[in-house]
Amino acid sequence: MDAIPPKSSAKRRHLISITDLRRADIERILQTAEGFESVMRRDLKKVPTLRGRTVMTVFFEASTRTSSSFELAAKRLSADTVSLKAAGSSVDKGESLRDTVQTLSAYDPDVIVIRHSAVGAAGMITAWTDAHVVNAGDGTHQHPTQCLLDLYTMQAALGGIEGLHVAIVGDVLHSRVARSNILGLRTMGARVTLVGPPTLIPRDAAALGAEVSHSMDALEAADVVYVLRMQRERMAAGASYVPSLSEYAAVWGVTPARLRPSQLVMHPGPINRGVEIAPEVADSAASRIVDQVRAGLVVRMAVLYDLLAGPGKAEPEAALRIVSPDVVSAAGQEVA
Amino acid sequence: MDRLSCAPAPPADLLIAGARVVDPGSGLDGAALDVRIHEGVIAEIGPDLPRTEIETIDAEGLVVLPGLVDPHVHLRTPGDEDEEDVASGTRAAAAGGFTAILAMPNTRPVVDTPVVLGGLVERAGREAVIPTGFMAAITAGQDGERLAEMVALAEAGAVAFSDDGRPVERAAILRRAFQYASVTGLRLTLHEEDLSLSGGADMHEGAVSAELGLRGYPSIAESVMVGRDLAIARYEGAPMHVCHVSAAESVAEIRRARELGVEVTAEVTPHHLCLTDEHVRSLDAGRAKMSPPLRSATDRAALIEALADGTLDCIGTDHAPHRGHEKEQPFAQAPNGVIGLETAFSAIYTHLVEPGLVPLATIVERMSAGPAAAFGLRRPAVRKGERADLCLWDLAASWPVQPPYASRSQNCAFAGQTLRARCHLTIAAGAVAHRLIEAVH
Repeated sequence: MDAIPPKSSAKRRHLISITDLRRADIERILQTAEGFESVMRRDLKKVPTLRGRTVMTVFFEASTRTSSSFELAAKRLSADTVSLKAAGSSVDKGESLRDTVQTLSAYDPDVIVIRHSAVGAAGMITAWTDAHVVNAGDGTHQHPTQCLLDLYTMQAALGGIEGLHVAIVGDVLHSRVARSNILGLRTMGARVTLVGPPTLIPRDAAALGAEVSHSMDALEAADVVYVLRMQRERMAAGASYVPSLSEYAAVWGVTPARLRPSQLVMHPGPINRGVEIAPEVADSAASRIVDQVRAGLVVRMAVLYDLLAGPGKAEPEAALRIVSPDVVSAAGQEVA
Repeated sequence: MDRLSCAPAPPADLLIAGARVVDPGSGLDGAALDVRIHEGVIAEIGPDLPRTEIETIDAEGLVVLPGLVDPHVHLRTPGDEDEEDVASGTRAAAAGGFTAILAMPNTRPVVDTPVVLGGLVERAGREAVIPTGFMAAITAGQDGERLAEMVALAEAGAVAFSDDGRPVERAAILRRAFQYASVTGLRLTLHEEDLSLSGGADMHEGAVSAELGLRGYPSIAESVMVGRDLAIARYEGAPMHVCHVSAAESVAEIRRARELGVEVTAEVTPHHLCLTDEHVRSLDAGRAKMSPPLRSATDRAALIEALADGTLDCIGTDHAPHRGHEKEQPFAQAPNGVIGLETAFSAIYTHLVEPGLVPLATIVERMSAGPAAAFGLRRPAVRKGERADLCLWDLAASWPVQPPYASRSQNCAFAGQTLRARCHLTIAAGAVAHRLIEAVH
């Protein structure tokens, strides 16, 4: 059946890469997020802003904090939510990404939040849906809302981002968080140094506007030490990015001795205590890891708000949405 | 005679009037001439030939070139005829001005026995609209372990041997293949890739892969294998052809080997000459994913220089059709390859000739005489007494690259671009194989 017409989403706004946002856009979203902080302090933590809107979260890859914070963010804004995990869905039966997205789009969601293991998956689906698409992580490419919540956390802790020096430590090669953060921090006027073993720093990373060091001495000059997760698979036979976790921890682990007072420590989670980060560091006053998780909620509320109700939204689209006659008759009444 | 086959077709009788003829091999560099073709043979070339009863094409402002020869085409037959078959692939070739193509043997089944090869030769004799030759595998099943029956395959009409799509990984097997193929007099055509370095990666390793997070396929994955294979060829005194050279380091290896006397020919694709890894930013696998990958601007500059100086003596499209739904997947999951027959000359004209990077005459040599010489094929020539193998172009035309294509597939690297140079007429083996232009009477 060919019931779904070709999509014309040229003017609809999406958040696929942090580079979709200019500095002013990022500042606006961070400001909106700050405004939502007061809602979080109320007894009734909910506002009616997105009542009647539908937010679908589609996770083809495991996630704890991102999926739960998007879902909660949508609920706090009074949107209806549908959460799909790939396991147990028709994706398990071999349905293609296109078919899955077109099927979900038949319910006319306003926003699709997608996580997928493949680079470019979030951008691809914009061609197959009328919804705004938010990338919640596409392979090793981008994770823009993580970047926004990290920027929010840094701004809240240090008052601003312009001129900050952030060291990103660890497996940059396989990290979408690092890619988004390098570009986002550069847009906001920060200086970025990548630190890690040469096997885990991409060739030509300097082209992204970051400095590169293979020595932990480079942490000395940083205001923020941003630690990336070190995955066990990197030690697998044939991969051999590093010889062992213990050698990695010994040379590139973030330990109290490698930090100086007043430096902030951040980590996108989940952390491996004793590998990329020493337990004392994770639990120290310098750590902003819990703040990051909390920031995730208000920042994702701000992103949803910005796409659906914010100043940049494309005005006529909601009014022009056409309701298929099939849906009208099936519902037995006129759909407003 | 060369080892190519095509379907019988009525020989052409027509007069191409007033076109500029560019055929460096025949000493023609753009003088406006009439070309009279009688019974498929170039009967006469000269100014203001008499317009007798013959069908006349007013070609003023157009350009006649010798027919183009593509040494690297995937016809997907047998096994994947829904992607391409002999008829559709040769029609696509004719639409791009080609008058001869060579098809690669990585089909299903692989062309590694005289039976499969014989079936293809027969099929080309029924369906091919231009002369088509077939390569046979170097190793049985292209498994890289056991030599294919090269003598039997040569007798059955193989034009050359290739495991294209895969490298011959083991140096000892390649050495044996060089030794054994010498009996047939046919050339090994090598896909150069160190799989342990490329690791099934998605795109060129460099600044763009660093940003996109796609797995990097470093240029050295190609060049170390080119270096290895040239060393073996030199030791064995064997000729070899390098497929789709993409990296500056590979060019340096080929240049050095030729200076040392190795009989090496090498090809480059239109997409590697015209595009760089920046093209991958679209994350559209249909246009930007192939092996070897689009490389850096530095690599592209080295390829263009090597094309101009003759280090790279052939242009080959590596025309690689794929089903739409397979290409319409996230970049890493989509298969490698782009179609290129219909856009090859136009893309090169647009991106290399018009900007003044390489002269037209050089391009004509690399797309016609170069590949013909490398594979011992008839050299198309716009010359009195020759069989008509030529193409007629409107170089000033602009046309958008978009479906429908003559090819059965749509994964074109240049889709969405507006290119110069449109092929109006192709005469292959003396017969009209492609035609847009009307006769005057």
